[in-house]
Amino acid sequence: MTDNHIDRKVLSDLQEVMDDGYLHLLEIFLDDSEKRLSQLHEAKNATELGHAAHSFKGSSSNMGALVLAELCRQLEERVKQQPLYGIEDLINQIDREYVLVRQLYSDEHQRVLIG
Amino acid sequence: MPDSTLTVLIAEDGAADRLLLARIVSKQGYAVLTAENGEQAVALFAEQRPQVVLLDALMPVMDGFEAARRIKALAGETLVPIIFLTSLSEEEALVRCLEAGGDDFLAKPYSPVILGAKIKAMDRLRRLHATVLEQRDQITRHHHHLLNEQRVAKAVFDKVAHAGCLSAPNIRYLQSPYALFNGDLLLAAFTPSGDMHVLLGDFTGHGLPAAVGAMPLAEVFYGMTAKGYGLAETLREMNAKLKRILPVDMFCCAVLLNLSFQRRVVEVWNGGMPDGYLLSVDGREPLALVSRHLPLGVLAPERFDDSTQVLPLGLGERLFLLSDGVVDTSDDQDQLFGVERLRQVLVDNRQPGLLFEEVLHALDAFRGRSRDDVSLVEIRMVEPEALSPPPLIYSDSGQSAPLDWSLQFEFRAQTLKRFNPLPYLLQLLQEVHGLRAQSGALHSVLSELYSNALEHGVLGLDSALKRDAAGFAEYYRQRSERLQALGEGCIRVGLRVEPQGLGGRLIIEVDDSGKGFNVTKVLARPLIEQGLSGRGLNLIRRLSRHAEWTDQGRRACVEFTWDALA
Repeated sequence: MTDNHIDRKVLSDLQEVMDDGYLHLLEIFLDDSEKRLSQLHEAKNATELGHAAHSFKGSSSNMGALVLAELCRQLEERVKQQPLYGIEDLINQIDREYVLVRQLYSDEHQRVLIG
Repeated sequence: MPDSTLTVLIAEDGAADRLLLARIVSKQGYAVLTAENGEQAVALFAEQRPQVVLLDALMPVMDGFEAARRIKALAGETLVPIIFLTSLSEEEALVRCLEAGGDDFLAKPYSPVILGAKIKAMDRLRRLHATVLEQRDQITRHHHHLLNEQRVAKAVFDKVAHAGCLSAPNIRYLQSPYALFNGDLLLAAFTPSGDMHVLLGDFTGHGLPAAVGAMPLAEVFYGMTAKGYGLAETLREMNAKLKRILPVDMFCCAVLLNLSFQRRVVEVWNGGMPDGYLLSVDGREPLALVSRHLPLGVLAPERFDDSTQVLPLGLGERLFLLSDGVVDTSDDQDQLFGVERLRQVLVDNRQPGLLFEEVLHALDAFRGRSRDDVSLVEIRMVEPEALSPPPLIYSDSGQSAPLDWSLQFEFRAQTLKRFNPLPYLLQLLQEVHGLRAQSGALHSVLSELYSNALEHGVLGLDSALKRDAAGFAEYYRQRSERLQALGEGCIRVGLRVEPQGLGGRLIIEVDDSGKGFNVTKVLARPLIEQGLSGRGLNLIRRLSRHAEWTDQGRRACVEFTWDALA
């Protein structure tokens, strides 16, 4: 189940690159992601929404959260066409997906911390 | 440059992404600067001047495209590679990156391997570009240096060149300002007796090597002309000098003229230059002055041929000289302007004053555009009074002038063949302060006396030959022949300087071993006839205080006097 949502290979590559900065990276990502999610909810127009989705897509793909990245990509595409429909639904899906991955990253953080 | 000193600027608004990138880049051995947005990126760049920049395309405050534009502007001539970080996938978006000044892009998710390779490649490019700029600047510096050297060389040369008389009223010339560095040389100077020497030369090569030979040549030309040496001696000296100092493949084509305004003749030597032309006033065909010798600086002194051609040149008649740029001008089909077209222009010319314009016009019409390396010279035969040779400059104060002395030289056959005593005699007489004001006349008279004694006296040449161009040619051929064959004969020159009243006088006596002539008859001839072909006896009389011929014409006695000096 977790393999769909987070690419383990990406995580291990990240751990190798970041060395002892890995834990910090995980923390930063989770912190950043909260901000991104807020941006999504607070977007006032299609452009802002698109940018927010684009950024979130980028950072989540870097961290290996594939499903999350894909959902953000869909949102980015969707907002380019008028009229905007199904947006609310997509945003909710992103919310739920994030809750799931957040847990997974926390577990990962724990795992490394204990060592 | 070792990798460790390379600084990379990373501008990425996502904190985690920024952290990740910074780690990837620093692990590869580079120094890292980070910025959160475009504005910070530009500020950091201006301050720290990193060598490579990684820019996220979409950032708040100022996006990557605008940041890229500003960074490129700040970088100026230097190449600062910019790699865009983007998850933009559409072609259009990627094109935008490159148009904004990006040199490459890296897609998310970031691959450390690819990023490393791209940074390395961009660094190579950057260093190559820097090398090109450095070499360009070096070349520019050297170029300016060379131009400067040429300017200095030209300034020095101009001082030398303007020692002459190119501004005389009977000379007209056209020379490019780059003439010196095209190897073109034009010199003109008066001899002490008021004759005029002119040289139009063309050195092989271009630039400084061509100009460098001009200096020693000009020195010889001016020095010897001022001392009263003839064309032949000057030519020998110039040839020897160039042969000695120039590299083997360098030489100077030249045409030299010696105009005598008293005698209305011109002596010509052409070594390798295009034909000059003698232009008449009565519509006769232009007479070509063809090259009959090798250029200066080719032959060793013992093989050098200094023989000249002597031609009559009437009042108003002109000599027209030109450099090879005229005849060699070619049009778009590589056809040459050629000698025939030039002759046609000369023949068609009706107003002498417009000759240059007509030649240039014909060249322009033929070629379609003008050349700047064409030299034209025109010298007219005028009355001697129309010219004012500058007074000779003396290096002493003249206070200790010798006033009471005499000497006598005797020149015998072997010496007569190869030695011209005139410059030495003149040098001696210049020591007499009182004579200096009549320098020109003195030189003319001595030349005339000596050439009479030699040519008509010792060699027995008939002056009646000198009626026309063919006659002149024959006369000088005979002169050369007889001089070579000379076994006996002598000329004596006596000079006596003595005080007279408050001033003094000079008595010149010239004896020759010839047959003599009927003095009364010659003196009775009309002046014009005398002027061209006679012994110039009336000229001598006119220029001196007193002149008489005794011993059946074999002895000439001429007197100059001067008053008390101020």
